This record gives sequence, C-alpha cells and structure tokens, in this order.
Amino acid sequence: MLSVLLPIRTIWWREVIRFFRQRSRLFSAIAQPLIFWILIGSGLEASFQPTGTSYKQGYTEYFYPGIVVLVLLFTAVFATISVVNERREGFLQNVLVAPVPRWGIVLGQTLGGITLALLQGVLLLVIAPLMGITIGVMSFLATFGVMILIAFGLTNLGLLIAWRMDSTQGFHAIMNLILIPIWLLSGAFFPITGVPGWLAWVMKLNPITYGLAAFRHSLYLDSQIMFVELPTLMISILVCSVFSLLTYLGAVLTASTQQI
Amino acid sequence: MNKRIIVECLTHNYETRCALDNISFTVASGEVFCLLGPNGSGKSTLFKILSTLISPTSGNVEILGFDLNTQKKAIRKLVGVVFQHPGLDTKLTVNENLRHQGHLYGLNGKNLNNRIVELLDRFDIADRRNDRVEELSGGLKRRVALVKALLHKPSVLLLDEPSSGLDIGIRNQLSQYLKELAIKENIPALLTSHLLDEAEGCNRVGILDKGRLVAIGTPDQLKSEIGGDVVILESEDYKALSHAIEDRFDVQVVSTDDGLRIESANAHEFVRDVVTAFPAKIKTARFGKPTLADVFIKMTGNPFD
Repeated sequence: MLSVLLPIRTIWWREVIRFFRQRSRLFSAIAQPLIFWILIGSGLEASFQPTGTSYKQGYTEYFYPGIVVLVLLFTAVFATISVVNERREGFLQNVLVAPVPRWGIVLGQTLGGITLALLQGVLLLVIAPLMGITIGVMSFLATFGVMILIAFGLTNLGLLIAWRMDSTQGFHAIMNLILIPIWLLSGAFFPITGVPGWLAWVMKLNPITYGLAAFRHSLYLDSQIMFVELPTLMISILVCSVFSLLTYLGAVLTASTQQI
Repeated sequence: MNKRIIVECLTHNYETRCALDNISFTVASGEVFCLLGPNGSGKSTLFKILSTLISPTSGNVEILGFDLNTQKKAIRKLVGVVFQHPGLDTKLTVNENLRHQGHLYGLNGKNLNNRIVELLDRFDIADRRNDRVEELSGGLKRRVALVKALLHKPSVLLLDEPSSGLDIGIRNQLSQYLKELAIKENIPALLTSHLLDEAEGCNRVGILDKGRLVAIGTPDQLKSEIGGDVVILESEDYKALSHAIEDRFDVQVVSTDDGLRIESANAHEFVRDVVTAFPAKIKTARFGKPTLADVFIKMTGNPFD
C-alpha cells in the first residue's frame, strides 16, 4: 500500500510541472471563462435579473459561481486531454507496464487535475470581494473544500472519457455534447426556478447542479445568505461525494479494462 | 532452468482477425532474441502481450517463472520495456523523466540519483541531463528511453523496434551493447525488428509472417537451410523469363524487387547455363551467399518488405 504513494506522487507532480510549462494551457483555462463571464455577465446584467431566487443579485454576480465551476471544468478537461495525447505518443504505455496498480495511476492523474483546478479556482476567488461578497475564513475554507470535491468529480469524469478515446478530436466532440451541456444545466447560467418542468427534472438529475449549489452556499456562508430554493449544503455535498466516488471507480474500471 | 521467456501456443485474435497463430518459442538468459518480420506480421501484438499491455486470446507465456496471465504484477517489476516511441515527456528534462520513471518503480533519493548518473555516463549523455527532452535529437531520445528501461535493473529486457530512426553506426553500437548486457547480467533480451541487418546481429532470430512463426534459429542456421547460393537475375520481361526458366530448369523462381531470385546449390554453373540458354532475356546476373531476406522468401514465398 505504502509503496504506491511514491508512484502516485510522481504522476501527480508531473501533471503539475507540465501545466506550468505550457503557457497556452494556463492562459486558456482561466482566460476563456473570464472573458465569457465579463462579456455575458455585462451583456445580460442590463436586461435580465434572475427571478425566483431568495437572494436578489445582478446577473454578473449570479453568473460568478458558474464561471468558477466552468474554470474547474476546463482545467479538468485539459488535464485529462493529456491522457489521450500521452497514449498516442506512447508515454502512457510506459506507465502502464510499470508495477503500479491502475487505481494508483488514475488517482495520481486526478490529484494532478485537482491541484491545477484549485490553483485557478483560488485565483478566481480573489474577484469575489470586488462584487461585495464577503469572503471570511468560513467561506474560504468551505469553498475550498467544495472546489476540491467538484474538481475530483469532474477530473474523474474527464478521465473516464479520456481513457476510452484515441483522438483529441473525439474528446472535443464529447466535451461539446456532454460536458458543456451539463454545465449549462447546472444552474450556472440560469436558476432552476421558473424553467419548464422537464428541464427542471433534467437539472435536478444533473450532479453538477449539486456541486454548484454547494459552491453557492459556501460562498455566501460569511454573508449569512441562505438559498432556500437550492438543495441544502448537506445534500449537495452528499450528492457530490457520491458522484465523485462513482466517477473515480468508473475511471479505474475503464483504465483496468481498456486495451492499449 | 536456464530458459527465461517461454511462449507456448500463443494465439491472439482482434475480433475476427487472427493476429498471432499458435506461436511457441523460448528466449534463454544471456541471449538476444530478435523477432523479425515485416509490418503487419504480428510483432507489435506479440510485444504488447509480452509487455503485459494486452492479454492473449489463448496460450501461455512464462517470464522468469511467472505466468503472464495471472502474475502480471510480479512480471512488471522485473521487466524493462523500450517502446517504439521513446515515451518521454518532452516538456520535462531528461533528469525529470528519469526520476519519474524511477519513482514508478519504487526507486528514490540517492539510489535513484546514483543510478541515473551511472547510466547517463554509460550512454554518453550526462551533459544533456538538464535539457528538456524536446530539445534532443531522435537518436538521443532513444538513448534516454533505453536508460529509462534500465533504471530498475530489469531481469528481462523487451525492446520494440529499438533502432528505428537510428543511423547504422548507432544501431550497431546498440546491438553490441545489448549483447554485452545480456551476457553480463545474464538476462534474456527480446527485440522486434523489421531490419535484416539488426536481426543478423542477434544471437537468435524468429521470423514472423502473418501471425505465424515460420522459422527460428541462429542467423547462420537459418541461412544454411538454403541449399547453397542465391542467384538474382534482372530482365526486361520478368514474367516470360520466369516461365522459361521454370520450364527449362528444375528450380523455383521468385519475383522480388531486386529481380528474379533462384536458389541454387551450384550457382556458378547455374548462372552459366541460364545465361547461355536465354542470352537475350537477361540483363544482369549475379549470385551470392543467402541473407535472412532469402530465408524469409524461402519460408513464405513472398519478398521481405
């Protein structure tokens, strides 16, 4: 058991080092969502105000937690896309023939993805006070924890897909078809209140909805604002944990059975 | 038990296509064994099976006494693998790549560092230790890949097309080094190749064609199976000449890129006779000692390409 720690650490460390040596990746993972946020947020701020939410806020502020989750999603996706490339370039084969169990390889990759997601998530938290959101110790620790949980789930989801893919084009298709829609329908873009019944159901079944709810609750802990229309913090964290665990098991299973 | 890699009745199918058909051979310790075959012969599949990446459809493989089907973990610790692609992270330095590899095999700290220094020195790349891999030439990358595979002092070496992309000088150096290493460490080494001169340099060769092992032996043994010499004839009209020769002489004629190829026990007499018989149809005629390409042609009826 202990002997697995060294390989896990080295796989994790490599993911992080690689990231800092690819400036474009650093830029696109954080700049893209930010630009998205500024353009869409400012554009919709004037015309729309989210209705049915217990806390009245402008659109830019409503959209902010969604953007943080989008950054986590992008980082997770970029981290897992490298699995596809590594397989093509033969790097992954070298790792697979080493005496490291598959669950350890996947865990190292996931920890790498989480670290990168957190670095960027924390960077984005700095913006929160500018919008008048109070970030005290409680809010910071809670959002930090929730971000770990969301990043864990999303990176595993990415790995679950990436381990099956042999081209990055295929991955992009999946990203547009699955990952972006589950983000859009998580309450990131519009609240669940007032949407047609079928859509509300889709949103309720979407695990990312609970990630975002947990993030909203945590972000406003110090402001003592409650979101009664959202699933409670406890339920959200529970759903996120189950989702993370299942995706991790799924990724390990895929990695164990995939023929290279 | 001296035999270290034992392959018995190995068969592998991809859905309906048969990639390996009932392959059996052994590789002894201290020996460099070459699986020689053209593209699509099944070399890569066999390599993937031996390196534990895929499980065979049927058959047994034993590596140092461990069963490949049930004891993958034990085997992974003992085997050093060099894939066709060097499999290095180009964004990392040589040293970082090697440390990463060492950690995967449980090496760490001073031990790992000493081992890296020792091997980089031996392969003459110590001065590139802190360079990013993306700055290295193809030949240097291969050397790093080899160092990587040797870090944990493997008890078996598996190399997939180790010399593709290397020029002939380095190729010979590599094959010489492998032989020395196999003897010194008393370990079996298996490599795949589609290069005849590389196979010539190995202790034993297995020739693979369309998933079947068609011949196995030392390069000299294999070549001695051809009774005598090989005659090559060039012509303007191969088809006509080929038929004419087969009608007139009791020989088998195979058409290859080089020309018509005929085995002959008394090549000097055959050349004289054939040139006398068809003076107008033959452009050039030559003969020489058989090569492994000739063995391949004899065994499969097809030219080696």
